[in-house]
Amino acid sequence: MTYQWDFHVVGQYLDLFLWGLVYTIVYTIGSIVIGIVLGAAVCGARLSSFVALRGIARVYQELFRCTPLLVQLLWVYYALPLLIGATIDNRVAALLTLACYVGAFYSEIFRSGIVSIDKGQREAAAALGMSRSQSLRRIILPQAIKRMLPSFINQSVIQFKNTSLISVISVADLAYMASVVNGQTYRPLESYTVMAVFYIAMLLPLTQMADYIEKRLRVSD
Amino acid sequence: MTDTATDAPILEAIGIRKSFGPLEVLKGIDLSLTRGEVVALIGPSGSGKSTFIRCMNMLETPTDGTLRFRCRAIGDRFEDRGDMIGIGTLRRHVGMVFQHFNLFPHMTVLQNVVEGPLTVLREPRREAEERARDLLSQVGLSQKCDAYPAHLSGGQKQRVAIARALAMQPEVLLLDEVTSALDPELVGEVLAVIRRLGEAGMTMAIVTHEMAFAADVAKRVLFFDKGVVAAEGTPDEIITHPRSERLQGFLARFHE
Ligand SMILES: Nc1ncnc2c1ncn2[C@@H]1O[C@H](COP(=O)(O)OP(=O)(O)OP(=O)(O)O)[C@@H](O)[C@H]1O
Ligand SMILES: [Mg+2]
Repeated sequence: MTYQWDFHVVGQYLDLFLWGLVYTIVYTIGSIVIGIVLGAAVCGARLSSFVALRGIARVYQELFRCTPLLVQLLWVYYALPLLIGATIDNRVAALLTLACYVGAFYSEIFRSGIVSIDKGQREAAAALGMSRSQSLRRIILPQAIKRMLPSFINQSVIQFKNTSLISVISVADLAYMASVVNGQTYRPLESYTVMAVFYIAMLLPLTQMADYIEKRLRVSD
Repeated sequence: MTDTATDAPILEAIGIRKSFGPLEVLKGIDLSLTRGEVVALIGPSGSGKSTFIRCMNMLETPTDGTLRFRCRAIGDRFEDRGDMIGIGTLRRHVGMVFQHFNLFPHMTVLQNVVEGPLTVLREPRREAEERARDLLSQVGLSQKCDAYPAHLSGGQKQRVAIARALAMQPEVLLLDEVTSALDPELVGEVLAVIRRLGEAGMTMAIVTHEMAFAADVAKRVLFFDKGVVAAEGTPDEIITHPRSERLQGFLARFHE
């Protein structure tokens, strides 16, 4: 049997897709921004000399890296309210969970970038009389950031795709809207194909850019 | 006043001990450097020369003993505190050159040299760059100001590293085997720079395996063995006419 493609019906719901895309972008960028702050703080904690701080950071990292994002979303939205005795707005739950999830990965990317810098660099900075923060800002970070950029972009691309999971707690992102359109039109093939095309259109330039940056960085080393 | 000031030690290590876990690497080392003096530290591998010279600018924290700069004790904090000089202050006045150069790869040669004066001394850029260009021409690298370290030979890198240390206008320079990572044909150009520094009156402590160079440039030689100074004296006493068997055995290896 041959399927009769008909994008016309689905096309009428284009505004829903676009709204969904806006949500997806907002949650991706929002969670990345919070995730960077969180990741930097946790990275600092992991590298600090306080054992307790290192321990807490470690527990956070493993908790969020070793459970699926879907499980985290369900837990924060359905289970956590029972513990704290108050409901959590699904959009807040979605944003915070996404941020904590990506923050755990960012923190590890940041940490391994920093410790990968030869210890002679830190010593040369120290021997010039630089303080720890001067050495970090002027010598270590510029080199570490360059090194961590490819993994950072990679993780961010994954994050963009992961955002689709927030549809399970009814946040109206692109994936959620695709299922809404499917419900209205009974055209799953077209609905979900349009969704997939939107994801590809957003992410292809990003992955290309990541490859380009990685190549550039390799040349300049 | 000025006479006693020049004779007084600038940098002084008293009874320095250092352990790494159960391993005692330095077992009480004394060294005092007076202004303009060049001291060479020689000795077999693992005898503690690097550890000691790194204690002199607190890159290693001694387990015991005292370090004094201009007769004032160095504290264990970065900032000055009361009578104690901070580690930051010590390092601003005591430069170091490393075996593996440790140039900053993300900066050009000129940026490497002005980094300390700009960030640490907060000098105006014009002034810092002027001095940096001057220093780079003294080490024969005025052509390389805008090159990145990756594009330099080992000898050129080490000369940049020396210029970078000198840009801080240090009163003492610590050098740890600065020619050991170089191809043999590049050693001479670096030694020539150091020799000129010594003639110009720079106070230096030099760890080296280049015996002829040590004998030539140093006024005093310390022979390290198993964490102690096993012999100390003029180059003539230590290198040319060594008396102890241990020292003769060590030196014999350098005469092929
Ligand atoms: N960070 C460290 N942790 C543990 N042991 C160390 C450390 N640094 C040095 N050591 C040990 O201390 C001893 C002295 O080392 P050091 O580098 O000072 O010797 P050296 O005289 O400079 O030798 P070389 O001529 O090979 O450079 C060695 O046994 C070395 O293994
Ligand atoms: Mg050594």
